[in-house]
Amino acid sequence: MSVASTAASAAQSSVQANLKGRSRDKNPKSILFLAALWFSLFFGVVVLLALILDTAIAGAPRLDGELFTNYESRINRDETGFRAGILGSVWLMVTTAILAIPLGIGAAVHLEEFADSRTWYNRLVEVNLQNLAAVPSIIYGMLAVAIMGLLGFTYKGIVLGGAIALALLILPVVIITTREAIRAVPEEIRQGSLALGATVWQTTWRNTLPSAVPGIATGTILGLSRAIGEAAPLIILGLAVVREDPAGLLDKVVALPIQIFQLSSESHEEYQIAASAAIIVLLAMILGMNALAIFIRNKFQRSW
Amino acid sequence: MSIKPATASTAPSTHDGRHVDTLATVHQDAERELPALPPDPVMEAHGLNVFYGDFHAVHDVNLSFGRNEITALIGPSGCGKSTVLRCLNRMNDLVTGARVEGEVTYHGQNIYARGVDPIAVRTHIGMVFQKPNPFPKSIYDNIAYGPRVTGMKVDSMDDLVEEALRGAALWDEVKDKLKQSAYGLSGGQQQRLCIARTIATRPDVILMDEPCSALDPIATSRIEDLMMELRSDYTIIIVTHNMQQAARVSDRTAFFTARPDETTGNRTGLLVEFDQTTRIFANPSDKRTEDYISGRFG
Repeated sequence: MSVASTAASAAQSSVQANLKGRSRDKNPKSILFLAALWFSLFFGVVVLLALILDTAIAGAPRLDGELFTNYESRINRDETGFRAGILGSVWLMVTTAILAIPLGIGAAVHLEEFADSRTWYNRLVEVNLQNLAAVPSIIYGMLAVAIMGLLGFTYKGIVLGGAIALALLILPVVIITTREAIRAVPEEIRQGSLALGATVWQTTWRNTLPSAVPGIATGTILGLSRAIGEAAPLIILGLAVVREDPAGLLDKVVALPIQIFQLSSESHEEYQIAASAAIIVLLAMILGMNALAIFIRNKFQRSW
Repeated sequence: MSIKPATASTAPSTHDGRHVDTLATVHQDAERELPALPPDPVMEAHGLNVFYGDFHAVHDVNLSFGRNEITALIGPSGCGKSTVLRCLNRMNDLVTGARVEGEVTYHGQNIYARGVDPIAVRTHIGMVFQKPNPFPKSIYDNIAYGPRVTGMKVDSMDDLVEEALRGAALWDEVKDKLKQSAYGLSGGQQQRLCIARTIATRPDVILMDEPCSALDPIATSRIEDLMMELRSDYTIIIVTHNMQQAARVSDRTAFFTARPDETTGNRTGLLVEFDQTTRIFANPSDKRTEDYISGRFG
């Protein structure tokens, strides 16, 4: 017993000697590296915050009701508003969602539940989907121009045209996120359903899809929040400033980002201020949609 | 010597550590009279071979499953017992690259014949899985799911749900929360719900793939009691890793083993012995069965 305790205390003292000294995590090299990491983080966050703050301060005088209720005005430049753009963006979003969601979910369901992933054509589709998600948005604008041309529209700056462009743009995102949501539904659930005598179609429709809805909703909303900020494909289509509310799919329309883009290139200071205020509105819309997506994800997420 | 009987502490142990006698006495109704072979087999496998791509998973299995009997499939991991089970209601069709040769008959009809609808097969031959897999729906909707998807003619769904839950010895525990999510139930209750869900479609045969391996001993014992009750109405085929379980609940036992291929080393499962459970555990005719039962291997 005493021998053991002596040995233990000897070991203890030698260990104590080894424990002394400056932490090697605090040597200059480590600290330098840590500082570089911090700098990278702050650079991103601070620049973004500064931009938002600058825009908010610049636009503060015009964050009023008229910004939402008035149309763009050439005469009363300090009362110019974004009614057409805000309503137009809402119209475009709803139409885009109606076009993109069924198509995207349908494609994803086919790829996940029905397609034989070993065949060369399905693999081709798979690779292309990943690439399509990274195609510049302006390309989708040109594609939409071609589609509208084929449909026989001479003026393409209408709700339908813009929605086709934006739907094409977000389709790959919707498909990819829907596939992930479907894949997250455990195989045991499908097997349980099939073992009861359900068809693959019944299993998908009654079990897999309902379980995947939160994931699909989250992905779709994130896709739409990307679409709402897009100007390039819509400019290609020829969307221009209008002074009326859209009332149908074939009505002329303008989106908020286009209005901002056009006003901010004007030399009048009133327009600059109004554009800054509109940017804050657009940011609020996007943040709102993202918040909704996060809420849905957290509220309905299922742990299997 | 990895496998010890649950009753080892109370049972007399023999000098060489064998406990086959103990296991034989565990059988709850060993006095049940059983003919040597199932007289009226509900299902039979003739020359059943299963391949996954080039891999020969199961070699030449011949089995028959008697009406209102519990048949246990036992054997070491990778011996193909689950594969055989999944052939019996064509669940192996869902595995890409799986190929089945030979015959599986259900009341004399080959379920792998041309023109047989696997979905129709599965409504007659239900399956309970290793891990409880209730649907993310209410308890009621879990039970009603099968009758609904198969378009069963049901006079009163409420009555059917109650009947199924009573049949699975779950009704008293859940009758006040039928509309609540099945995920609120314990693991053992979930597994009994899965059994209730299966019997709601009024199958003839129930396949169970290690139904208790994810459950604690108390829940396991309840499932075993339930199996004994269900035996009077259904033909039950169970895959289990637990030899005590096979000894406790089954009337007949099929012992499988895996034989490595000389050239590729792939292990092909084959049936070693199929007999009354009491004989398999007390007096096996094959040396490999005896070794496995007595814990010398596997």
